[in-house]
Amino acid sequence: MATRHQNTLARLMVAPSVLLLLAWMIVPLGMTLWFSFQSYNLLSPGMERFIGWTNYQYFLSDPAFWTAMANTLLLVGGVLVITVGGGILLALLLDQPMFGQGIVRILVIAPFFIMPTVSALVWKNMFMNPVNGLFAWIAKAMGAQPIDFLAQYPLMSIILIVSWQWLPFATLILLTALQSLDSEQMEAAEMDGAGALSKFIHLVLPHLSRAITVVILIETIFLLSVFAEILVTTNGGPGYQSTNLTYLVYSQALLQFDVGGASAGGIIAVILANIVAIFLMRMIGKTLE
Amino acid sequence: MGSITLEQVRKNFGDVEVIPGVDLEINDGEFVVFVGPSGCGKSTLLRLIAGLEDVTSGRIVIDGQDMTQAAPARRKLAMVFQSYALYPHMSVRKNIAFPLKMAGMAAEEQERRVQHAAGILNLTDYLDRRPGQLSGGQRQRVAIGRAIVREPSAFLFDEPLSNLDAALRVNMRVEISELHKKLATTMVYVTHDQVEAMTMADKIVVLRAGHIEQVGSPLELYRSPRNRFVAGFIGSPNMNFLEGAAAAGLGAHAIGVRPEHFAMSTTEGAFSGTVGVAEHLGSDTFLHVDLDDGTHVVARAAGEVPVHHGDRIHLTPQEGRVYRFDQQGLAL
Repeated sequence: MATRHQNTLARLMVAPSVLLLLAWMIVPLGMTLWFSFQSYNLLSPGMERFIGWTNYQYFLSDPAFWTAMANTLLLVGGVLVITVGGGILLALLLDQPMFGQGIVRILVIAPFFIMPTVSALVWKNMFMNPVNGLFAWIAKAMGAQPIDFLAQYPLMSIILIVSWQWLPFATLILLTALQSLDSEQMEAAEMDGAGALSKFIHLVLPHLSRAITVVILIETIFLLSVFAEILVTTNGGPGYQSTNLTYLVYSQALLQFDVGGASAGGIIAVILANIVAIFLMRMIGKTLE
Repeated sequence: MGSITLEQVRKNFGDVEVIPGVDLEINDGEFVVFVGPSGCGKSTLLRLIAGLEDVTSGRIVIDGQDMTQAAPARRKLAMVFQSYALYPHMSVRKNIAFPLKMAGMAAEEQERRVQHAAGILNLTDYLDRRPGQLSGGQRQRVAIGRAIVREPSAFLFDEPLSNLDAALRVNMRVEISELHKKLATTMVYVTHDQVEAMTMADKIVVLRAGHIEQVGSPLELYRSPRNRFVAGFIGSPNMNFLEGAAAAGLGAHAIGVRPEHFAMSTTEGAFSGTVGVAEHLGSDTFLHVDLDDGTHVVARAAGEVPVHHGDRIHLTPQEGRVYRFDQQGLAL
C-alpha cells in the first residue's frame, strides 16, 4: 500500500534520473533550436550571427527538401506495407507445425541482429551489384540484361534492404500475437462453417490488430530516421532520388558545413515526427480501447 | 432428425490409444450425457462426433448418412465450448449471426433468427454489447444462442458449466434442461460432474479410459451398476465398498452399500464402528464411520441425527440394497 508519504519519497528518489534524462533531451534540442536561428557555417568560423527565420526559409524552399519529404514518406510507407504484409504471411506460416520449427524461427529472426551498415553493404555488393551480384547472375543466367538496382531504382532498393531488416521484427511480434489466439475460437468458427479466408478476415485479423498497431508505431519511429543504409549504398543519389530528411540534414551539416541550415532541418524533422506520433497515438488509442 | 451412430470408432494420438473402439447409438431427441473422470476420453469422443478430430478407424453416421470424413460444418451439429469461444471483437448480435452469415443467409432472415434466439435466451437487451461486457452466465447463453440459430440436428456441449460458480451452475443446468424440452433436439453433453449427469440426462454413458463402462438411464445406473467403477462413480456421496469377511459371507469378493442405504442404530447392527466426522446439514446427516475392521465408510441419514465425534454406532445395510462384486469388479 503506497501512502502519500511514500509517494513523495518515491518522487524524490526518482527525481535525479528524471532530471538527468530531461537535461539529456533538452540541452541538444535547445542547442539545435539556437543554431537554427544562427548563420553558422563551419567554413567561416567566428562569423556566427542571429539571422531569424532565414535558415528555415532556405531549407523549406530548397527543392531537395520536398523530394526528401516525399522520399521519407515513401520509405516509411513502403517498408511498413512490406513488413506488416510479409510479417503476417510469415507468422501464419511459422505458426504451422513443421519439421525443424525452432531452427527455422531463429533463421527468420536472424536479419534483425545484423547491423544496418553491414546488411546494406552485403546487399549492395553481394546481391545488387550489376557485375558480381547474385541478382545480376540470375538475370544473366536467364539471358536478361542485369539491372543496376542502386542506380536505376535507388529508393526502391533501399526500401527493400530496410524491409529485409525489419521483417523479422514484425514477424516476431505478429507470431506471438497469433499464438495467443484461442484455438477453441478457431474451432467454433470451423463448426460455424467459416472457411480459411473467412476465419482469417473475421478472427485472425481483428485479433492481430493490436499487434499490428504496435508494429507500425515502433517501426515508424525508427524508419523516420533511416540513415546508415543510404550512406553506405547510394549516398542519397543519384541526384536526390534516395535522399530522405535525415540524410538531407546530414549533407547540409557535414557536406556543406552549414550547421545553421541543418539545425533548421533537424527542427523540421522533429516537428514532422511529432505530427506522425500524434496520428499514431490516436490510432493506438482507438484499437486499445 | 438427429440420430447419431458410432460404429467401432477408434482414435489414436500418435502411439497412444485414446479411444480403443466405441459403439454407441444416440436416438433422435435424446439428451445423452458422457460422464467419466478427467482423461477418460469423453471430450475426445465429442470432438470426434463434431469432426474437430479425425477418427483413426470406424464410422460415424449422422441421420443415416456416413459423416466420418465430412467437414465439421457439413455435419449440421452445433457445439458449445467450455470456454464459450465467443468472438471477442464482435457484438453479441454478430456473434449469434456469424454462422448464418457464413452460410450466406439473407440479412432479414439472419435478424429474424437472431431475435428469436435472443428471445428464448433472454438476451434481447444485450445484443449490442461485446462478450467482454457480459457475465459468465450471459456469455454461456450467447454461446448457446450461436448454436441455436443454425437449427442443427444435434447440440454438442463440452463441459459448458465448469467455468460458472455453483449457484449459476444449478440455474444454467435447469435452463439447458428446459431448452431441451422446448427444442426437442438431440443433445450430447460432456461433464465430469455426476450430479449434472444424473439430473439432466435421458441416457448416461459412463466412460473410463476410452471404454464405455455402461449405458443407461440415470436410475438404471443407480439401481443396477454393471461393475464396481460405475457403482462408485454414480451417486453422491460415493458407494462404500467392504471386502473381507463381510463380503465372503455373501459369496462375493467385495460388497457395496450406498450411504443412504444404511440403517443406523446405537445398540445393534451388522457392522459396528466409531464416528469420525459428523456433517450435520439439517436436511441430511453424513457420518464418516471407521468400522472395527479398519474400513472407512460414509453413512447418510435423513434429517437430524444426534450423533457426534467418537460415538459408537452400528450400521445395517437395507435388505436388497447390497451390491456384490467379484474379483474383477463385475457385479454378481
